[in-house]
Amino acid sequence: MISVRNLRKSFGSVEVLKGIDLDIAEKEVVVIIGPSGSGKSTLLRCINYLEQPTSGEIVVDGMKLGETDINKVRAEVGMVFQRFNLFPHMTVMDNITLAPMKVRGVSKEEAEADALRLLEKVGLADRAAAYPEQLSGGQQQRVAIARALAMKPKVMLFDEPTSALDPEMVKEVLEVMKELAREGMTMAVVTHEMGFAREVGDRVLFVDYGVILEQGTPEEIFSHPKEERMQEFLSKIL
Amino acid sequence: MNFELMWQAMPLLLTGAGVTVQITALSVMIGIVIGLFVGVARISTYQIIHLIAAVYVDFLRGTPLLVQIFLVYFALPVVTGQRIDPFIAAIAACSINSSAYVAEIFRAGIQSIDAGQMEAGRSLGMSWMQTMRYIIVPQAARRVIPPLGNEFIALLKDSSLVSVIGFEELTRRGQLIIARTYASLEIWLCVAIIYLVMTVSISRLVAWLERRYKIDDQR
Repeated sequence: MISVRNLRKSFGSVEVLKGIDLDIAEKEVVVIIGPSGSGKSTLLRCINYLEQPTSGEIVVDGMKLGETDINKVRAEVGMVFQRFNLFPHMTVMDNITLAPMKVRGVSKEEAEADALRLLEKVGLADRAAAYPEQLSGGQQQRVAIARALAMKPKVMLFDEPTSALDPEMVKEVLEVMKELAREGMTMAVVTHEMGFAREVGDRVLFVDYGVILEQGTPEEIFSHPKEERMQEFLSKIL
Repeated sequence: MNFELMWQAMPLLLTGAGVTVQITALSVMIGIVIGLFVGVARISTYQIIHLIAAVYVDFLRGTPLLVQIFLVYFALPVVTGQRIDPFIAAIAACSINSSAYVAEIFRAGIQSIDAGQMEAGRSLGMSWMQTMRYIIVPQAARRVIPPLGNEFIALLKDSSLVSVIGFEELTRRGQLIIARTYASLEIWLCVAIIYLVMTVSISRLVAWLERRYKIDDQR
């Protein structure tokens, strides 16, 4: 579904990604962990071209980035941000229906029916008329997930989706993500939630200093880490 | 002080004030339309568009409105060979001048919106233009109400400059009455008071608008 070859990304003179190779299969859930500043978010943001790679090749669902109309690629790639980034001047309903109507050309009735179904799925069917500010952080993030799903994407990218949440709201968001994984959504998740990585991840990547230092099943990574830096990182957070 | 004269001059001055409001309102409206495009062009990533917009804004903010009025009314006919109606010249000079300030107001308003909003819009597959139109500009619009109100007030006062091309707005009416009556004190006082009433009314109106939309913003 996603293939990344020798991806490099520099900001000015700082090289954040130093040659990343990564393949994500259909229905696979890949969890990306690593210290802050390691480049894991940048990697995720390169996959939908929010960051333009300095060099390397990225192919998403058969579309090569940089050669395909980027809006077409992004329509197939949902993204959930750390800070939700809901549109504050629109109701929850309008947040969710805007892109399907404007990008996919879906009718208003159809988009709203879809949105209601998605809101039900994330447990917020009764908040369709609310504005983002009236919702808790956890609810906002669930709306953001519904908004991304409304485009019927083939892949979902999660950029630290629970990092800006109060601890008691983390679970409700993770539950929605688990449900999504169970349904067979292809997912790439940058997170510090090791419990989630262990439970839901098909594969865990440990990124540090702009390279994938180690990867494997959650069992391999968490129980038998090979790299010293990986062991050090785990000892700090577990 | 001749109050009798002031009273008699009022109707004539007030119709002049009406004309002042007319050219100001028209100029601001045209200025907002041009300014929106120039403001968006100012933040364009296309170097050439960005550069043209920057030169446009710099020229208009860096030269006096009075000179711009002369350029439109006296210099342009030299090139085209056609006289320009003072009303058209006044509106053209004021609206083009205003558009530069409005462009800067819009640019600042747009740039004050969190970058995550553009990213969210783009990540959903919307184009830059769509994201601007549906996400960024509607949010920025609320933030630009107060500075736009200030621009409206500034232009209302600056519009007195078009009196120099003989266009009969409030200031020009005052001059004409004084030419007949020699009552400088009375008439200029009246003119000043009328300007003051207009500017204070506008700032009240803007404050009211601001309150109204602030509530919207917090929903």
